[in-house]
Amino acid sequence: MASSVTPTPLLKDELDIVIPTIRNLDFLEMWRPFFQPYHLIIVQDGDPSKVIKVPEGFDYELYNRNDINRILGPKSSCISFKDSACRCFGYMVSKKKYIFTIDDDCFVAKDPSGNDINALEQHIKNLLSPSTPFFFNTLYDPYREGADFVRGYPFSLREGVPTAVSHGLWLNIPDYDAPTQLVKPRERNTRFVDAVLTIPKGTLFPMCGMNLAFDRELIGPAMYFGLMGDGQPIGRYDDMWAGWCIKVICDHLGLGVKTGLPYIWHSKASNPFVNLKKEYKGIYWQEELIPFFQAATLPKECTTVQSCYKELSKQVKAKLGKVDDYFNKLADAMLTWIEAWDELNPSKQLAKGK
Amino acid sequence: MSPASVNDNEVDIVIGAFRSDLTSFMEEWRPIFSRFHLIVVKDPDVKEVQIPEGFDVRVYTESDIVKVVGSSKASLFSGYSSRYFGYLVSNKKYIISIDDDCSPAKTKDGDLVDIVAYHLNNLKTPATPFFFNTLYDPYQKGSDFVRGYPFSLRSGVPCALSCGLWLNFADYDAPTQALKPDMRNTRYVDAVLTVPLKSMMPMSGVNIAFDRELVGPAMLPALKLVKEGKVRWETMEDVWCGLVVKTVCDHLKLGVKSGIPYVWRNEKGSAIDSLKKEWEGVKLMEDAVPFFETLRLSPSSVTAEDCVVEIAAAVKERLGSTHAVFVSAAEAMVEWVKLWKAVRSLDH
Repeated sequence: MASSVTPTPLLKDELDIVIPTIRNLDFLEMWRPFFQPYHLIIVQDGDPSKVIKVPEGFDYELYNRNDINRILGPKSSCISFKDSACRCFGYMVSKKKYIFTIDDDCFVAKDPSGNDINALEQHIKNLLSPSTPFFFNTLYDPYREGADFVRGYPFSLREGVPTAVSHGLWLNIPDYDAPTQLVKPRERNTRFVDAVLTIPKGTLFPMCGMNLAFDRELIGPAMYFGLMGDGQPIGRYDDMWAGWCIKVICDHLGLGVKTGLPYIWHSKASNPFVNLKKEYKGIYWQEELIPFFQAATLPKECTTVQSCYKELSKQVKAKLGKVDDYFNKLADAMLTWIEAWDELNPSKQLAKGK
Repeated sequence: MSPASVNDNEVDIVIGAFRSDLTSFMEEWRPIFSRFHLIVVKDPDVKEVQIPEGFDVRVYTESDIVKVVGSSKASLFSGYSSRYFGYLVSNKKYIISIDDDCSPAKTKDGDLVDIVAYHLNNLKTPATPFFFNTLYDPYQKGSDFVRGYPFSLRSGVPCALSCGLWLNFADYDAPTQALKPDMRNTRYVDAVLTVPLKSMMPMSGVNIAFDRELVGPAMLPALKLVKEGKVRWETMEDVWCGLVVKTVCDHLKLGVKSGIPYVWRNEKGSAIDSLKKEWEGVKLMEDAVPFFETLRLSPSSVTAEDCVVEIAAAVKERLGSTHAVFVSAAEAMVEWVKLWKAVRSLDH
């Protein structure tokens, strides 16, 4: 806890920005002051023959479906097609410690004083300071400037644990599901909540992939965004699925997940009728999925992310296969993903960060 | 905020008085409190309490306390625990309680924060302890459940406790404030959220509200430090109470919210002086927290009273050997439930 404000490190050689896109990357112009120092990994979804123009001056690598198929071979079956879930391919090919992922309809937001919010800087702050999942601090993140642990907070818990995930939020178009969008088409999120907090151990949350950062070395292999989109019975549950998996694993490995700042400005509301079709099965299935994840336990022999994830996939098959055959396919895809991850990242088994 | 409607007759405001002249305190709070009935419980060491005109207030002194609970039990209600006597004798549904060194805070627009309206809004809208909503309390105006929030969990559970926060002097412990004497809380976080199931938190008695009908028996005076003093740095009674209440709420499927409203907390006492006293409270938390985190109540405990009695027995059994203060706490909890039931039966 610094008593003076120390500058946040840029981490420009340690962080990749992963962007899924199907349209164009015009939104990068607004982000240029904040993103230009960093390497971008662009995952192009949809028609690979379309040329995605990247604004000048950015250092990037771009992968389309042909690249994904070439690099992964038959294992490319685990990467979704015609869905932004394909972004997790970017996590896999990155060689950096940290990932920040953002949607191409997300722009720079302003704080209540009217200043542009450097979302990436806040994510880095979140990731570089510990989390506190074992006891709730009523003043939110105690490591932020101007905050601390409150009276009654056990001293033995004040060191915290490493932060694996930083989940940011959105002003303007909120991340609502289709039914809520249909009922409240005009609702906008105008409330700037100046807080970051650790999601307590044992608590699940709906992780949104629009504005998300994570420590790839701590949790990367668990950030699989599932089978969505073309040929799949479900969509818009990619980030949700990853969020439930990473939370169970983070809780097991003693890692932290933060949510709150930074805000981005979400400009585009997707079509609620299209969304409803994609989410429809998910709305029913999540009633089974949530109890499954809430009850999921991992054996203490699972000390790496990969072993936790493989164990989870076994449990998915055993317990969710009966909900729908989709989950058998998903469980298999989870294993394929881990195989592909280990192939592309051979140097070390990612052990729990301590 | 779209405020739930506030019925004057459903609220008691309970203040434990540590000073005799409450004039400036009451004047500051007049715009917010004057509608409501106030219960002021005088700490035995304080001379006669002065309260300005224009309030509907009942002051309880030590002799009133003895009349109701008997002289042997009166010590339960001394010091920071005097306010619990107010909870005991109230017959309102909602209680709001703040320390007498707090002033109303101001929002960014310069309006006074009406803590009664905000606390009641928290208590009258459901809590959502089973799954975290990333847009915080979904029942606030302009908010809702986000994508991925299970529909079956969207009706929530009744909110039993609303824990507010503090600008200026935050409720830090003595070591923290002594290390950073100039640190003030200037950050107004415009949110309230449900503290998730099984997540324990440190409740601060500085600014709270609760549904007496739901959890009154669990809002109890029990943990009294050997050297408990007249400043918050020298007490843990509220932190202990909060651990009990959260356990009860988790078991009975009730909710606890934390966040807005804020009060403006003024300076009182010296952190360094408090630090020089023995660090008893800090050490006790190291045992108390693991105990509460692993405590599971039996399905046969279906009321708040049942839960408290069960917790008290577990405290005696599992913490009693660690420190005598836990034994006293367990005994106080049992006494409190007896008193609670006795006073309730007088009303009927």
